[in-house]
Amino acid sequence: MSEAVIMTGNSAAALAAKLCRVQVIAAYPITPQTSVTETLSNYVESGELKAEYVRVESEHSALTVCISAATVGARVFTSTSSHGLLYMHEQVHWAAGARLPIVMCCVNRGVGAPWTIFNDQQDSISQRDTGWIQLYCRDNQEIIDTIIHAYKIAQQVYLPVMVCYDGFVLSHTMMPVVVPPAELVDEFLPPYVPHTFLDSDNPYNINPVLFPWRRPDAQGVLRDGYMEMRYKLNAAMDEARGVIQVTNGEFAQRFGRDHGGLIWEYESAAAEIFVVAIGSIANEATIAIDTLRREGVKIGLVGVRSFRPFPKQELRAALAKAKSIVVFEKAISYGHEGALACELKAALYGSNIRVPLHSYVAGLGGRDVNASELAAALRDSLEQIAAGICEPPSYWLNCRV
Amino acid sequence: MEETNKLLDRDENICAMSKPAPGEAGRTGDWRDLKPVIDDRKCVPVIRNKPSCFLCWLYCPEGVVSAGFPIKIDYDYCKGCGICAEECPAKAISMVEEDK
Repeated sequence: MSEAVIMTGNSAAALAAKLCRVQVIAAYPITPQTSVTETLSNYVESGELKAEYVRVESEHSALTVCISAATVGARVFTSTSSHGLLYMHEQVHWAAGARLPIVMCCVNRGVGAPWTIFNDQQDSISQRDTGWIQLYCRDNQEIIDTIIHAYKIAQQVYLPVMVCYDGFVLSHTMMPVVVPPAELVDEFLPPYVPHTFLDSDNPYNINPVLFPWRRPDAQGVLRDGYMEMRYKLNAAMDEARGVIQVTNGEFAQRFGRDHGGLIWEYESAAAEIFVVAIGSIANEATIAIDTLRREGVKIGLVGVRSFRPFPKQELRAALAKAKSIVVFEKAISYGHEGALACELKAALYGSNIRVPLHSYVAGLGGRDVNASELAAALRDSLEQIAAGICEPPSYWLNCRV
Repeated sequence: MEETNKLLDRDENICAMSKPAPGEAGRTGDWRDLKPVIDDRKCVPVIRNKPSCFLCWLYCPEGVVSAGFPIKIDYDYCKGCGICAEECPAKAISMVEEDK
């Protein structure tokens, strides 16, 4: 049907935005995201993409432009990394509270100080509680497809979606990508219908101050207070769980590629030991799984695709037969442990899955993590678990202190 | 908007919205501690009986002063900031304690 093209993750992201016929793009350059928006500005300049490309002076303004444009009904796109994402943090909250279906790529990069331009996931993981759906990609094919998913998900539940993928590891690495045909994307992705309209004959104040209590508006209709609006935001996030799965299923049917909805599995059918990981490190870990399987270890993997909403039930189901679990992740919640390990343990609380769990913080600031190192860490953990060391604090892989 | 919501079977208030209308933020007059009271015997437009001065009307940040003869203040929404009393060149407005 379609041929594979060799391209970087950033090229795949830009191409996906074009295929989704975005109408407004506003972004500010930051490594390793820059080539996404450079490519998009080329598309707009050459007339390949009919969109408004708004040049802004900061990431805060970039997301503000997207918020305004999405409010009046445009399909919008932006992308950023690390300090750029953190600079727009206030508007990250605003976009979710305003219930706007913005899609933003976060090309994952570590956060200073000290400066780093290299990959980990501290930037997006630290935005966990902003009300954005967060989807993590394992390879470049998943980037192009997930952005198409993201628009469809976002405009059904009226929540913004952050499509996260690892800087350099994916953003600047070339791999084969099957480009979805434009006419199929058009069929898959209906136009965005906004929930608010700007109409000068019928003026509204959008997102005014709300009081702690519910109270009638000037027409006497009882309106929600701040807390009701927050409840609805969380309810939309719960609704998104199903929408993400249905969207993935529909995409798989039409395009022949199934990325898993909220999670994906590898060699999990007869596994007793499970690796849980997120992003490209999960992809790398599949090679370690192959190695250990050859050594006779009954090991499989569960990749987390959706970090928010967190797939509690799906993880419980996938890990039902686990005798031990090892988590690899590229972020740390300082003073505790890796965020994924922490969330996973919380999700398993109250279930029948009461098994040893080791977690590894790995690859911070771009430190390389390869399959043989992951395999070695797994062997190490399995030995320790056999010796009764069941729940130690997070290990820092390849950190020499 | 209502049509879209019907179409989508959606809550009309997915995000917070308000229509511009008097009292949209409630009867803000009950925020008031001090109430501006105009003494018509000192008020310049009343004395001259023609449009003049109206600085209280001009400066009121809430738009609750009506320029007329006499000048009227809408106490439902006057927050009692006292700017009118401060600006009145004839010292015709005094801020008095609310009884309640």
